[in-house]
Amino acid sequence: MTVFLTLVVIILFTVSVWQMNKIFMMSRPKDTEDSQIANDKDNKVNAYLMLGFVIFIYVLSFMSFYLWWDLLLPEAASEHGVEIDQLWLISMIIIFIVGIITQWLLHYFAFKYAGKKGQRATFYADNDRLEFIWTIVPVIVLAGLIIYGLFTWSDIMNVDTENEDPMVIELYAFQFDWRARYAGEDNTLGDANVRLIEGVNQLGVDEADPDAQDDIIVSELHLPVGRKVLFKMRSQDVLHSAYMPHFRAQMNCVPGMVTQFAFTPSITTDQMRLNDEIVAKVAHINEIRNQKNIKLAAEGEEQLELYEFDYLLLCNKICGNTHYNMQMKIVVETEEEFEEWLATQKNFATTMKN
Amino acid sequence: MSAEGYEHPVDHDDHGHHHKETFITKYIFSQDHKMISKQYLITGLFMGIIGIAMSLLFRLQLAWPDKEFGIYEVLLGKWGDGGVMDPSVYLALVTIHGTIMVFFVLTAGLSGTFSNLLIPLQIGARDMASGFLNMISYWLFFLSSIIMVLSLFVEAGPASAGWTVYPPLSALPQAIPGSGAGMTLWLVSMAIFIASSLLGSLNYIVTVINLRTKGMSMTRLPLTIWAFFVTAIIGVVSFPVLLSAALMMIMDRSFGTSFFLSDIYIAGEVLHNQGGSPVLFEHLFWFLGHPEVYIVLLPALGITSEVIATNSRKPIFGYRAMVASILAIAFLSTIVWGHHMFISGMNPFLGSVFTFTTLLIAIPSAVKAFNYITTLWKGNLQLNPAMLFSIGLVSTFITGGLTGIILGDSALDINVHDTYFVVAHFHLVMGISALYGLFAGVYHWFPKMFQGRMMNKNLGYVHFWITAIGAYGVFFPMHFIGMAGLPRRYYTNSAFPYFDDLSDVNVVITIFALITGVAQLVFLYNFIHSMFYGKKGPKNPWNSNTLEWTAEVRHIHGNWDGPIPHVHRWAYDYSKLNKDESDYVIPGQDFVPQHIPLQDNEEEMNH
Repeated sequence: MTVFLTLVVIILFTVSVWQMNKIFMMSRPKDTEDSQIANDKDNKVNAYLMLGFVIFIYVLSFMSFYLWWDLLLPEAASEHGVEIDQLWLISMIIIFIVGIITQWLLHYFAFKYAGKKGQRATFYADNDRLEFIWTIVPVIVLAGLIIYGLFTWSDIMNVDTENEDPMVIELYAFQFDWRARYAGEDNTLGDANVRLIEGVNQLGVDEADPDAQDDIIVSELHLPVGRKVLFKMRSQDVLHSAYMPHFRAQMNCVPGMVTQFAFTPSITTDQMRLNDEIVAKVAHINEIRNQKNIKLAAEGEEQLELYEFDYLLLCNKICGNTHYNMQMKIVVETEEEFEEWLATQKNFATTMKN
Repeated sequence: MSAEGYEHPVDHDDHGHHHKETFITKYIFSQDHKMISKQYLITGLFMGIIGIAMSLLFRLQLAWPDKEFGIYEVLLGKWGDGGVMDPSVYLALVTIHGTIMVFFVLTAGLSGTFSNLLIPLQIGARDMASGFLNMISYWLFFLSSIIMVLSLFVEAGPASAGWTVYPPLSALPQAIPGSGAGMTLWLVSMAIFIASSLLGSLNYIVTVINLRTKGMSMTRLPLTIWAFFVTAIIGVVSFPVLLSAALMMIMDRSFGTSFFLSDIYIAGEVLHNQGGSPVLFEHLFWFLGHPEVYIVLLPALGITSEVIATNSRKPIFGYRAMVASILAIAFLSTIVWGHHMFISGMNPFLGSVFTFTTLLIAIPSAVKAFNYITTLWKGNLQLNPAMLFSIGLVSTFITGGLTGIILGDSALDINVHDTYFVVAHFHLVMGISALYGLFAGVYHWFPKMFQGRMMNKNLGYVHFWITAIGAYGVFFPMHFIGMAGLPRRYYTNSAFPYFDDLSDVNVVITIFALITGVAQLVFLYNFIHSMFYGKKGPKNPWNSNTLEWTAEVRHIHGNWDGPIPHVHRWAYDYSKLNKDESDYVIPGQDFVPQHIPLQDNEEEMNH
């Protein structure tokens, strides 16, 4: 049925285009040979459309912000994330100003100087001063952005392991799930290689390595607030990417090498759940889910659970068929809650003994 | 049709009457650049139909993941069983959509078509330096297109590791079904495509250097030719690197080498591979992949320069700055590839270097945008469909280019890398912009391709306005789902609740995409109809200065019936006034074609 309808739509559309064309043909005066070349009337109509178009762009931008502002990520939940958001805001303001002005000039000129018979264009081929100005202005603006960006980047990427004493956690990716391995009391991860994967030793941790004995492997990531965490990423099979959007953090997981990324979580999950934007977002999502539930109830299907906010670790590098559903929950909590939770987890030595 | 004939193009003036052409030599194995350009265009458009149709299919899936569409079952067969799209075919669709649009439509369909058509005609040559190599180049492209299309019908499905085919996903059939025979065909097709592209590019370079007519100095070349010339150079520099990556990938897949593979445990067993690195592949891929963006874009910018100047009835503003920008962009394009890899695990210091070079590329790009805008200023704009598409290109080039400033900044890239923000950015700046360049070129040079026939302007207007609104309607909202943190290449964003509230935006995007897709049928109809029934226009319909409009309307081998015209000026003497500024240089005519000698009443400008 749908196929039939689609075919009908396509056929009807073709017919209508054909008819439109016939009407155009018939309505066209037959006098001139060059009738497919824009005349004054075409120029005028399209000039007004150009003006309309730039207004369309502005309205579209405005509406997008108005309608979808609340979809965007909430405030950064990590210390460096605040810096990134700051740089983001500055860059956005600059590109919006430049965009609004240049789009206006482009379309306004297209409107204003639309061709008329007898109008003479100005022969204006060169102006070194103008060229200089619009070379040097971008140079200065970009130099500012580059320097600001580079400082932020090197702050984020260069981890000072000596003084900051970050807690080391391994993120382990495989098709299609995540594991986290805490380094334990010695804060040193035991050696690991996929060649050692066997039975319960899912991550290929070296049983003979003394550093490995106190390692703790979990499938839900808990982080203490305010403590720097150094993530070491590994992958078991293909490329994955550990993407933690709320913390403005991301790093690829590459088979055959260990990559790293460090940040300090600054807002606990409980605090974030009280954040105004998150409260509104959760309410919105639950409204959508309730609507779906009414429909599901009518069909006698299972109900969707109501949503509660949690930080997420998402896979953000195409990794196979179930790429779209490869995520891990992240819980940020106080130091005490974290220690309490960690104490309930089994370490590697215990797991292997059982 | 002998190749020797072209060694003395200038004294080979008795062309056109001693070649008996059969159907096969004229329409199939033609060595005439005009026919080859049409072959490129039609093959490119055919591939474009497939590529765009695929995008509409996966847009349907993204907007309405829970609905069943019979069209899936019709078009996708076992992967659309019961009207539900299979996740593996979703990935296959995005992969092949990307591959087809970037390589087959925008590289071969755009650059192949217009380099072939315009290089000989605008520099005043009888044909390409080697008509035979040119023919081989097209037929290799055709062969690679056939192989790519055939790969869609492989049992386990076509390549589906994304158009960037990062290993190990693309190397291991255990990881995803498409990495079996589908991926092998993908690699074979691309290897042939690269050979085709190299033969074409070498031909363009040699032709531009050697076969310019008398008086056509490099500084008098139309900007189209500059763009095609530099594009060809970038292609020759970077495509071989992709070939090497493809060859190593074939080795890894079939002969057990470990260039890109190491320490892998998959499907319950450890692979023997050790010591390779996927990051190496990323470097090799993007060493072509980034210049490729400019291989796609520069021809479009060249076409736009020509169309905007002609239809503004003004010289292009800052010709020398435009040439310098093309050269600067070309140079920088080869040293920025690392900005695709900020978070790939490479040394963060490299990230700093690539941020620096990447943001530098904004400078020549800004110069180009400002120069286009100034060219419109105080013009007498003839708003033909080609002109509208050119203005549209400048608009999307600016919008898409500006978000590039965000993505090029390594610190900001961390959080939007591989999200829909990136998808929105590159579709506007290279996808839509380059497509507009393609359309501008087709509308503008259609009379040159099809012996004086012109496309219907009213259908052209309908096509442009729907496309222009639709393209912004698709890609502007897409930035927002990216900023919301939605990763790209997700089969659905409703598998877990966090992104549930993005479905409205996805519906809006898909509706705009469907409307825009349908509008392309207007173009297709106009194109095919005008090919056979289009109204014949005058010999030089747009009152253009460049040499191609002095060539015969009827296609003859050798382009000009008589001697090749000599060139006495640059291509942009539009609305130039005589010495006492009482009238145009040629009274009553606002343009002075390149072959007209310097007039007594005119000032020489040294262009």
